[in-house]
Amino acid sequence: MDLKCEEVWREISNYIDGEVQARLRADIDHHVTVCKKCAAVLAGTRNVVQLYGDVRMFEIPAEFSPALHRRLLLQARPERGAAYTWILSLAGAGLAAAAMIVFSLPRFAVPALRAPMSEPALRAPVANLVVVSDDGKTFHVPGCTFIHGKSRMMPVEEAMREGYNPCIRCEAELIRRLEKNRASSQLRRSERDELDSGD
Amino acid sequence: MSSQAKARSESGGAPSSELLPLAYERELLERIRRGERELFAELVRPYERRVYVTAYAILQNEADAKEVAQEAILKAFAHLRQFRGESRFGTWLTRVTINEARMRRRKEHREIMKPFNELGSEDDEGQLVPQDFADWREIPSETLERKEVRDLLVKALASLAEKYREVFVLRDIQHLSIEETAEAIGITPGTVKTRLLRARLMLRESLAPGLGGNWSRPLVFEKGTKPWT
Repeated sequence: MDLKCEEVWREISNYIDGEVQARLRADIDHHVTVCKKCAAVLAGTRNVVQLYGDVRMFEIPAEFSPALHRRLLLQARPERGAAYTWILSLAGAGLAAAAMIVFSLPRFAVPALRAPMSEPALRAPVANLVVVSDDGKTFHVPGCTFIHGKSRMMPVEEAMREGYNPCIRCEAELIRRLEKNRASSQLRRSERDELDSGD
Repeated sequence: MSSQAKARSESGGAPSSELLPLAYERELLERIRRGERELFAELVRPYERRVYVTAYAILQNEADAKEVAQEAILKAFAHLRQFRGESRFGTWLTRVTINEARMRRRKEHREIMKPFNELGSEDDEGQLVPQDFADWREIPSETLERKEVRDLLVKALASLAEKYREVFVLRDIQHLSIEETAEAIGITPGTVKTRLLRARLMLRESLAPGLGGNWSRPLVFEKGTKPWT
């Protein structure tokens, strides 16, 4: 089959790479024997492939490879460096643990509060009735001189829930009363026991 | 160090472009992943030339090419776990190199400094029509010993648009297959063939005046006829 020159150019690259069918190859072979222009283009394109494909065409600069391998060697080291990092982090963790133990010793512990009033309401019986005033922030034992303004009664538990703190002046009285009540009730109980046993 | 590496280092450590057997290459990869990191130098040695030439073809500057080629290899080393072994290591490495070189090119805004006469800057559509019909017959490879011939070839290659240059370099200089070239660049094999054809014809066209010598010996066509019609 007679090929047009355009068809030869279109396939010239595949022809050089040996990627055309046998029939097309034969047609191109025939065409270039009769067409000087296509023969010149084919020969020139072949020369391009041959010349550029020659190993002498591009040379690696002499210092490229040694410089690269020096850098590769450096980059290969971090693996050992990573082991050091691991050891360092382990040592750091050990130091942190030791510090925690040291600071948990009694010497470093926070001392207990000395004044009973510094621990407000801890010992106040939750069911006891106390007095609060609307414009104050504390609750009081009835009769405390620190009660001002309009006041009302409520259990300790409720007063604490509403955000009232115990009055530092009368809390001691509250506790004293509580202990007195407890002591008198114990006395009454023991007298009753004695009477019961005397019967 | 393996016996092959030892032999090479004893012989001066010159980079060899001879590819390692595939099975040995896989073994090296496995050992490197297991912690024998110093073996990476042996793995990469056959590809040094390819990496450098690829970088040079894109950047057209020896200093940049050296730097980018080194960066590409070091990046491949650092991200070796991302190589899944679906292709040959060299193809993956070439792809890393192309990306690195393209990034450098973008970073330096070289695009705005493209030569005005860059060949093939239009799309792949349309057939390239040869204009120079110099009877460029056999050119002995020995001409490559002459620096002026090499310079001429380098200049012609540099005048190609990047997309053609990349394909030509991988296919005709690095001798990658069509499929490997397509994979390294991230295009289809069909596009590789189209770009390769244009690249080869454009280079022939570009070199014909110098190497074909039609200044002194042009082909004579009959008066009034147009070539290629």
